[in-house]
Amino acid sequence: MSAVTVIYALLFYVATAILVIGVARKIYIYARAPQPLKIPTTPAPTTRLGVAARMVREVTVFESLFKANKWTWLFGWIFHFCLFVELIWHLRYFTEPVLAFLPWMQWFINFTGYGMVLGLLGLWGRRFLVDRVRYISGPSDHLMLALLVAIGASGLAMKFLVHTDIVALKAFFIGLMTLNWQRMPADPLLLIHLTLVALLMIIFPVSKLLHAPGVFFSPTRNQVDNPREQRWVAGWTAKLDNTKAAGN
Amino acid sequence: MADIEAPVLGEYQIIPKIKLGTMAGSMPYIAKPDIQAGVGFPKELVPDWENVAVKKLGEMVSESRALQVFLDSCVKCGACTDKCHYYLGTSDPKNMPVARQDLLRSVYRRYYTFAGKHFPKLVGARDMTKDVLDEWYNYFHQCSQCRRCSVFCPYGIDTAEISMAAREIMDTVGQGQKYCNEVLIKLHSIGNNLGLPGPALANTLEGLEEDVKDDTGVDVKYPVDVKGAEVLLVTPSADFFAEPHVDGLIGYGKVFHAAGTSWTLSSHASEAGNFGMFIGSNKDLHKVARRIREAALELGVKRIIVGECGHAWRVAYSFWNSIIGPFDFLDQRYPIPQHICEFTYDLIQRKALKFDKSANDDKVVTFHDSCNVARASRMGNMPGGQFIIPRAVVRASVNKFFDMAPETIYESTYCCGGGGGLLTDELLDLRIKGTAPRMQAFKEVVEEHGVTHIAAICAICKAQFTKVLPYYKFPMDTIQSVHGLVSKAIRLGAVNE
Repeated sequence: MSAVTVIYALLFYVATAILVIGVARKIYIYARAPQPLKIPTTPAPTTRLGVAARMVREVTVFESLFKANKWTWLFGWIFHFCLFVELIWHLRYFTEPVLAFLPWMQWFINFTGYGMVLGLLGLWGRRFLVDRVRYISGPSDHLMLALLVAIGASGLAMKFLVHTDIVALKAFFIGLMTLNWQRMPADPLLLIHLTLVALLMIIFPVSKLLHAPGVFFSPTRNQVDNPREQRWVAGWTAKLDNTKAAGN
Repeated sequence: MADIEAPVLGEYQIIPKIKLGTMAGSMPYIAKPDIQAGVGFPKELVPDWENVAVKKLGEMVSESRALQVFLDSCVKCGACTDKCHYYLGTSDPKNMPVARQDLLRSVYRRYYTFAGKHFPKLVGARDMTKDVLDEWYNYFHQCSQCRRCSVFCPYGIDTAEISMAAREIMDTVGQGQKYCNEVLIKLHSIGNNLGLPGPALANTLEGLEEDVKDDTGVDVKYPVDVKGAEVLLVTPSADFFAEPHVDGLIGYGKVFHAAGTSWTLSSHASEAGNFGMFIGSNKDLHKVARRIREAALELGVKRIIVGECGHAWRVAYSFWNSIIGPFDFLDQRYPIPQHICEFTYDLIQRKALKFDKSANDDKVVTFHDSCNVARASRMGNMPGGQFIIPRAVVRASVNKFFDMAPETIYESTYCCGGGGGLLTDELLDLRIKGTAPRMQAFKEVVEEHGVTHIAAICAICKAQFTKVLPYYKFPMDTIQSVHGLVSKAIRLGAVNE
């Protein structure tokens, strides 16, 4: 068992644990925190089904962002869509036999890596070119983009320039999941790619990447607009008792 | 008119380049010790206030899902940066919603997040210092809590929530705002924001009855404290005498008269506005609203109707049921509460009102969607009714109506520039600059369609426009109450047939 194998095996166990526990903890905090008042941004749906539809539009086509700024929407949507496709595609390194629909995606994958990087560079460009966005961009905002671009670029390099031993890589990850460690192929590009991915997983729960679970809990988007029809109480509003004669 | 230069309006709204610190000196007067004490806040900065502030912030975040999600989720995408009327009017980058939020988020990060505790420089985390507090004081009083930013944020982050939280923290450590806290003292002790006592109110209303009688020959009543009335009307106290507000009140009375609905005001709850929300104080929000529940019970009314007031309608529509409900003692066949525009609209739909629109033929009217009606409430039973219903009421009363540009109305409406506790003279410069985007859109319909008047359904919008319109070379009576237009056009009784 090489040192590289041991290091990356441990790295991915740790990164996975931090990602899963960290995000689960945050989701628990979001879910448990009371929302004492009704604050949907109106006009808002008046039914739960309507809210579900609003949320689906928000997370699939970025409805609000589309209203706000077409360039940010375009680059942001391209990046997220391509990232999503790539994440699904990468399941082939973790499933045996591979999921039935994965081979159908083969053709798409020729573009999504480029799409990801292109979207990211567009977003990054705005951080330099638009004075307002430049003003609000901090070091962590630039570093996050650098990290994602580096992940995309190292992935692209392996796909189109220097191939890596993906059979051995798949064996390594399946070994990790079945607690039957296999050798990790020590290609430099692969090591860079995986290190950056592990880093992304580790910082996810302590960074702005929390927008991913956060959006589902955002009261301005997930509340039903029915305060007159249905009494809403939570937190401090649940503790009020107006029926007492003496008041409180 | 104070000597303040209004921004020059161009052909169309532009997004200005940022200019650092243009509004760094803008701040409302700080509340004096006796005023602070009058609302139950510390008289001055408490000892160890930094830790008190940080602790309070932590408590508030743990008690509000909104704050928790909003403080974590921002990715600095910039979608909101050109959406705030105060940014568009002042070019100060700290008036961009994300930058305003970051004033507080930076402190939250420093004390409550891993990244901010260990890598403060990297994520822009800051210690709670006096400079930070003062910056909060300046810039969280340059937010009218209008929620325009929340429409465009991909995560729905609402700067209003952050501003309210910051103001609550500032009150808690002893640095409150004079204007809001003075108003709250009057509300708590007398029952309305103006400090108008019961007898004076009764007197004013009697005067109105005489005026309307002289005008129309009809005995329209403006009753107060009438037990057993069907409807309790709760309206902003500015409606009792300010122009053009009072025209609206006259209009409500005429509509009730025409409908044959018995109604009353209450001297105990003679205010719809709720400054408790402006300062983010749950305790005051509840205490102010509770007077209305008490009055409704005391008078034995069956319905509550709310007059023309924006943030008040938000509190009434969205919050009342939560904070002063349940309303099991009211007639469940009607919306609780109901907006006066809903009431009038319903009568119009049933053809129960008679109008002579030509009474308003001296006007070409547009409608200004008040921010909190537009983005924090609803009217009627369909989403967006808050846009359709008041317009329908206006159109029933006037022949000539034109909307302003679509990106400046409905959910994208620009705030008047004076909402959320900023309607005080020392902030006039901010208010004049903040209204620029609205004035721009208005100017365009003036030039294109010859529009002469803006109708609104908010006491703050009306007071703000009255004050700032002259700076843009429009007459102050350009601003009208929607029910002022109704009042002009509605036909009552034989004399006016």
